[in-house]
Amino acid sequence: MKIGIPRALFYYQFYPFWKIFFESLGHNVILSSPTNKEILKKGIELCVDDACLPIKIFHGHVADLMGKVDTIYIPRIVSIEPKEYICPKFLGLPDMIRNSIPDLPCIMDTELNLYRGKSKIFDYVFKLGKDLNVNKNRVLVAYYKALKTQKQFEYQLTRELRIPQDILNETRQIQKDQVLEKKPSHIKVLLLGHNYNIYDDFISMGLIRKLRKQNIAFITSEMVVKKNILEGTKKLSKDMFWTLGKKTIGTAHYFLDRKKIDGIIHVASFGCGPDSLVGELIEKKIKRDYTIPFLSLNLDEHAGETGFNTRLEAFLDVLEGRGYIEDNFSTYG
Amino acid sequence: MFWKDVDILKITFPHMGNIYIPLKTIFENLGLEVIPPPFCTRRTLELGVAYSPEFACLPLKINIGNFIEALEKGANTIIMAGGIGPCRFGYYGEVQREILKDLGFNFEMIILEPPQGHFFELLNKVKCISNKKNNSVKDIVRAIRLAWKKALLLDQLDMESFKTRPIEITRGQTDKVYNWLLQQINDIRHEDNIDNFKTKIIKAFSNIRISDKATIKVGIVGEIYTVLEPFVNLNIEKQLGELGVEVSRNIYITDWVRENLLPAFLKPKDHTKMLQLAQPFINCFIGGHGQESVAQIVNFSKKGFDGVIHLLPFTCMPEIVAKSAIPRVSQQYCIPVMTVILDEHSAETGFRTRLEAFTDMICHNKEVNDFAKVHSRN
Ligand code: SF4
Ligand code: SF4
Repeated sequence: MKIGIPRALFYYQFYPFWKIFFESLGHNVILSSPTNKEILKKGIELCVDDACLPIKIFHGHVADLMGKVDTIYIPRIVSIEPKEYICPKFLGLPDMIRNSIPDLPCIMDTELNLYRGKSKIFDYVFKLGKDLNVNKNRVLVAYYKALKTQKQFEYQLTRELRIPQDILNETRQIQKDQVLEKKPSHIKVLLLGHNYNIYDDFISMGLIRKLRKQNIAFITSEMVVKKNILEGTKKLSKDMFWTLGKKTIGTAHYFLDRKKIDGIIHVASFGCGPDSLVGELIEKKIKRDYTIPFLSLNLDEHAGETGFNTRLEAFLDVLEGRGYIEDNFSTYG
Repeated sequence: MFWKDVDILKITFPHMGNIYIPLKTIFENLGLEVIPPPFCTRRTLELGVAYSPEFACLPLKINIGNFIEALEKGANTIIMAGGIGPCRFGYYGEVQREILKDLGFNFEMIILEPPQGHFFELLNKVKCISNKKNNSVKDIVRAIRLAWKKALLLDQLDMESFKTRPIEITRGQTDKVYNWLLQQINDIRHEDNIDNFKTKIIKAFSNIRISDKATIKVGIVGEIYTVLEPFVNLNIEKQLGELGVEVSRNIYITDWVRENLLPAFLKPKDHTKMLQLAQPFINCFIGGHGQESVAQIVNFSKKGFDGVIHLLPFTCMPEIVAKSAIPRVSQQYCIPVMTVILDEHSAETGFRTRLEAFTDMICHNKEVNDFAKVHSRN
């Protein structure tokens, strides 16, 4: 069977797992095209008006797969960490797709819900297995194989400090990142935001590409090990129940406290619920306790690339200026 | 603990419709001073908008306005509800505390996290808040019971007013009676006086002179805060009433209390059953009242309503998911649905016109249908 996977949302987090899992069970995995104008247009056309950009784009990717595959995999991702959620739109994603896209092929909307504990992952894979009509033993074999690949992927992110884009696009020549430790003289930026925004070159208007071009070293929460993120979240007066929000704020606190960075860029989708609060908390913390340049970028389908570039440039100018002054001081001091 | 250093606790909380009455009752009966925020006005909104994150949802902003105005009046302790997600409401309190701190206010914020099955936790918190007053558990239970009974009366009050407002002969009669009763419920001090109040409400409304004009029936569904707070929903219930529409809503104050402050086993069973109506469109809980909004549209259609209005604050996540289902639901159950997105720029003027257009459309549909029926009979 040809299983279509939209190259959007949690593709950037779980694709290695999904791919190996389905392939081990003898299926073909087909990805939608990288996000492009056509996909965006389709997404806007199909999706309910008020959704955020990544959700609209997801609709476009589903449309892109239609006619090319036998089934589309659109999991209902309720929770990937105990006692946490992603966001209401993730909970309702398969419903939104069904409500908004006519003439859909069959959809696999298996629920992934680890709210009550990590071991619930088995409910999820067995349910997947059931939908695909394979017995539990084969499912387990496929699961462990997929898990291994997923672990490898995560290792590459956190240890080799690579970004998902480069690992996932095997075809593209692998680019060693200008990561913090390796080039200490560089300006270091903490790039915060949901993985499906910052790593999608189209959505983020090539943000990573642009940083690389300007020789700015950056780090993202995907490159930070969980332990450090958790350390960063310890300061919160209430545990945060959004996995992505927690990751963002934990990373921010961790690096702010260690003064390891020169600036922060926070990328959020316009209308993103969790980020409207998370962004505010980070910004307040920075304003109160630190003096570090902070750039908040809001993405939606109307955002123009020129304005985006101008703001990015201005921010980088500030950073570079600062680096220069500090260098001067140290020479004389 | 902090309340030892504060001389007198002056408690406040956010507005949401009439919920201030039962809340006030609880704290006052425990001997605490309460300073409710002034009713929401333009200023409340402006303060809220000025100091809240730009993209936060509207309820958070109005809460901020409420808090600022109450603190200005001398309140020093804010009581706020918490939550466990997935929606933003559960994290409101945390963000609001930071905002108010940055503004330099001196206050404490007590966030009541949902007891998740432990009703006694709630009792304990209330006990902590009022510990200076030596209230026994019995006193607390009594205060809560009185407040609960008031909440039930308030819901009844709303329901009665929905019935008479569209057909009152002298415009404004219903509002007069409503406000008079509201004041009385507010003033009740003892449980003894509350039990016969139900009949009093019914009697008071039956004194309003009404016509036998035919009304159309419209249900109101959506995000709870926008449904319950008239300032935010531009007085939709009153406006519709004046247009000759009998309204009904999906959520009342008591529902909110049940959901947010009481353990799961106290929730009515038919609720789960009702939610099943949403399943073909929204298959699981998605946070807030998203699934419920859809289920209620089906429910209203089954009950023979002529239309439904769906309210949500701009960027409200669960209701956006619900909105994606509305075209299908509306078509399948042959019921017109109008979605109204509310934000700080919503204004009453244009709104009235939209409501009129919607009701006209419903009346027109009705006529066509009736006409068809008459003809098919002949
Ligand atoms: S961008 Fe925000 S609102 Fe949109 S799906 Fe992601 S978490 Fe939810
Ligand atoms: S239900 Fe809507 S308005 Fe309420 S907190 Fe959630 S997103 Fe905000």
